[in-house]
Amino acid sequence: MHIPDGFLDAKTAVASGGLAVAGIGIALHSVRRAAAARRVPLIGLAAAFVFAAQMLNFPVAGGTSGHLIGAILVAVLLGPSGAVLAMTAVLVVQCFMFADGGVTALGANIFNMAIVAPGVGYVIYAGVWRAVGDSLRSRLFATAFAAWCSTVVASILCAGQLAFSGTVAWQVAFPAMAGIHMVIALGEAVISTLVVAAVAKARPELLALSRETPARPRYTELTAYGLLVSLGLVVFVAPFASGWPDGLEKVAVMLGFEPKAAATPLLAAPLPNYTIPGFGSAIPSTIVAGGVGTLVAFVVAYVLARALTPRVDAANRRGPGGASSRA
Amino acid sequence: MHNLLLNPYRHRASLIHRLPAPVKLLGATVCVLATVLLPRSAWPAHAGIGAGLLVVALLSSVPPWHLGRRLLLAEPFAVGIALLALLQDNGLQVFLAMLAKSTLCLFCIILLNSTTRFTDLLRVFRRLRVPALLVVTLALMHRYLFVLFEETGRLLRARRSRTFTTGRRHAWRLTATVAAQLFVRTSERAERVYAAMCARGWKP
Repeated sequence: MHIPDGFLDAKTAVASGGLAVAGIGIALHSVRRAAAARRVPLIGLAAAFVFAAQMLNFPVAGGTSGHLIGAILVAVLLGPSGAVLAMTAVLVVQCFMFADGGVTALGANIFNMAIVAPGVGYVIYAGVWRAVGDSLRSRLFATAFAAWCSTVVASILCAGQLAFSGTVAWQVAFPAMAGIHMVIALGEAVISTLVVAAVAKARPELLALSRETPARPRYTELTAYGLLVSLGLVVFVAPFASGWPDGLEKVAVMLGFEPKAAATPLLAAPLPNYTIPGFGSAIPSTIVAGGVGTLVAFVVAYVLARALTPRVDAANRRGPGGASSRA
Repeated sequence: MHNLLLNPYRHRASLIHRLPAPVKLLGATVCVLATVLLPRSAWPAHAGIGAGLLVVALLSSVPPWHLGRRLLLAEPFAVGIALLALLQDNGLQVFLAMLAKSTLCLFCIILLNSTTRFTDLLRVFRRLRVPALLVVTLALMHRYLFVLFEETGRLLRARRSRTFTTGRRHAWRLTATVAAQLFVRTSERAERVYAAMCARGWKP
């Protein structure tokens, strides 16, 4: 998902750079305000940890292997703002030391992978965890589901930025990026959940961002990330994914790229002529695949969470008067 | 390959190496910006930038195989995204332009980090008023990257010497356990680093 140099035009690079700076600003502010000073080195070392953990190979099939992306894992372990800073550091080092991801695309890459991925991931994680209940199983379930969703959302934003730059048509970028990343995201969900389960087994206190600890993120922080992500979606994805041509035209006139947009067939309103049996174009089928994928991810998350929780946890929750004798 | 990737800096005493880091960073930024902002059909200008970068590469006396291998390692990602551009109207032109632009920028950044230490770049970032918390995070990450890589190597060696099955299901769980153990050790190390930083008078 690392966008190299030369794939984004000036307006996209500047817009996503602005969003990235805003996101890093929120993270810096809330780490300075809320986190204890002892967590500062942990953020830097967690960035190095992500880098090292990305080198671990998970065998897939036919000699290929996948690796961890790590955004949601760090978000679960450090909280959203620590994760934003750690992932930003990872991307800056990848850009300047390893030439992985472009300098002019650094803002876009940071926004997608260091702000949207942990931000969306953490909001979903916190929401699901809160809704399901305070147990290890609900945490693992929330981790898996949040990992899938955040990876897919980040890839859709990446496709939006490429299309917004006029480099790759939305009709190609969206199905390709979202399609590939729906599969990658399943791997990410499984790996992140396995790691969180293993951390919980080895050192449960490291997962201590529970409801009682004061270090848990505040609602303002999560709302700020939510707003930022929605802004990104409105700017980069909404012009293509919705049937509001006047909105886009207004933006096009405002930014002065109207003739270019008219020349390339970027504008498509797939939803009005959206029919399930036909699968007319790739976009509606990608949206359907997204829906199915979300369900699959939900089921995978549930199965994983069930399989990885020690049985004792389930027995305790059933209470002392439970009829079952399983221990 | 790990060494190649992890330590891109090649020590030489060339003219380019002796240039101050801010100058090199500025030069690289200008070069990348110019390449990106050039119109897609401006082939002579692209060729000019390429020739300029080659001259810098020769002056830097970094071994050509080093630059070439790093370029080859980084290229597939750019090609992957550029391939998507083929599937549209006048896609070939966009494809070639994207490929040229991203290759030039990659080469520029590879030259920068082969001749400049990352710590020097961090010093420039600090002078540019990048927030201190971010610079500290970057510095700590860069410092402990190598330590954690060795730690990972030790964990993997220990696992290999104790496991006799190679089933895929087990492989995933075992590798995840290695990652989790790595995180546990990372957070313990962070505690020690914090104590050491405080002992040396660090204030957040």
